[in-house]
Amino acid sequence: MDTTYIVAFVRSVQDVAGTMLGLNVEVGAPRIHEGNNAGNDVSAIIGLSGDCVGSVALCFSSQTAAGMVGKFVGMEIDPESPDFTDGVGELANMITGGAKSRFSGNRSISISCPSVVIGHGHRVFQQTDMPVIEIPIQSECGEMLIVVSIRAAEEASVRAAG
Amino acid sequence: MRIMLVDDSQTMRNVQKKILAGLGHTDIVEASDGQDALSKVGAANPELILLDWNMPNLDGMGFLKAFRQKNKATPVVMVTTEAEKARVVEAIKAGVNNYLVKPFTPDDLKSKIEVTLARAA
Repeated sequence: MDTTYIVAFVRSVQDVAGTMLGLNVEVGAPRIHEGNNAGNDVSAIIGLSGDCVGSVALCFSSQTAAGMVGKFVGMEIDPESPDFTDGVGELANMITGGAKSRFSGNRSISISCPSVVIGHGHRVFQQTDMPVIEIPIQSECGEMLIVVSIRAAEEASVRAAG
Repeated sequence: MRIMLVDDSQTMRNVQKKILAGLGHTDIVEASDGQDALSKVGAANPELILLDWNMPNLDGMGFLKAFRQKNKATPVVMVTTEAEKARVVEAIKAGVNNYLVKPFTPDDLKSKIEVTLARAA
């Protein structure tokens, strides 16, 4: 995977956390995602289409997600409330949108509205024909994983034709 | 002054409402997407619209194009994660008066509102 994508997500999460959450984050070393994020309770998933295709998932425990959304809205948030899923989705939207603006250049790329999955032990499977990289993000709220699976559309077309 | 907030995220609307309240703006009309905004904007008659881009049903550009066919005067600030130059140009051509990229600080929002209203006056 083009490292430009990973760098863009690192910069974007630092920007969103600092600006909207007042939160310092530490970015761990990106690594291959093995599909084992069964310890997570919450995932927010956004698809990309156009000149880049793929998907992005933010994965966290309920406690971490509630902590981050609470920082975002400026008050304690109940993970059972609709505001919780909405806030998680908006975090994913800002982080993915911010990253897209950093790697898109002159390409036309659209992002979907976020989907939020809740349930302890769920697993997120992205496309199997492209590498999936996870970026661990540590903060006082706990650990969040940004799971990125993106490539240029022409690369995807060549693979499909081959 | 009445302000219309158009964003599919209730959380983002709440964040913006809190900032607007701090600036003394409490007369807020909310809409959850472009379609909802089109159905409310006539009766609400806002003096400023803060508009998200990516929304279900009808996105911000869809709303803007429909709204500008009937109303060319009410200032609209696009508040969005869409930061690419081509997107900004597209939005300006469609009739937005100013553009604010998420994430933003309260001061960023305040500044955009003040500049936009000053230009429109």
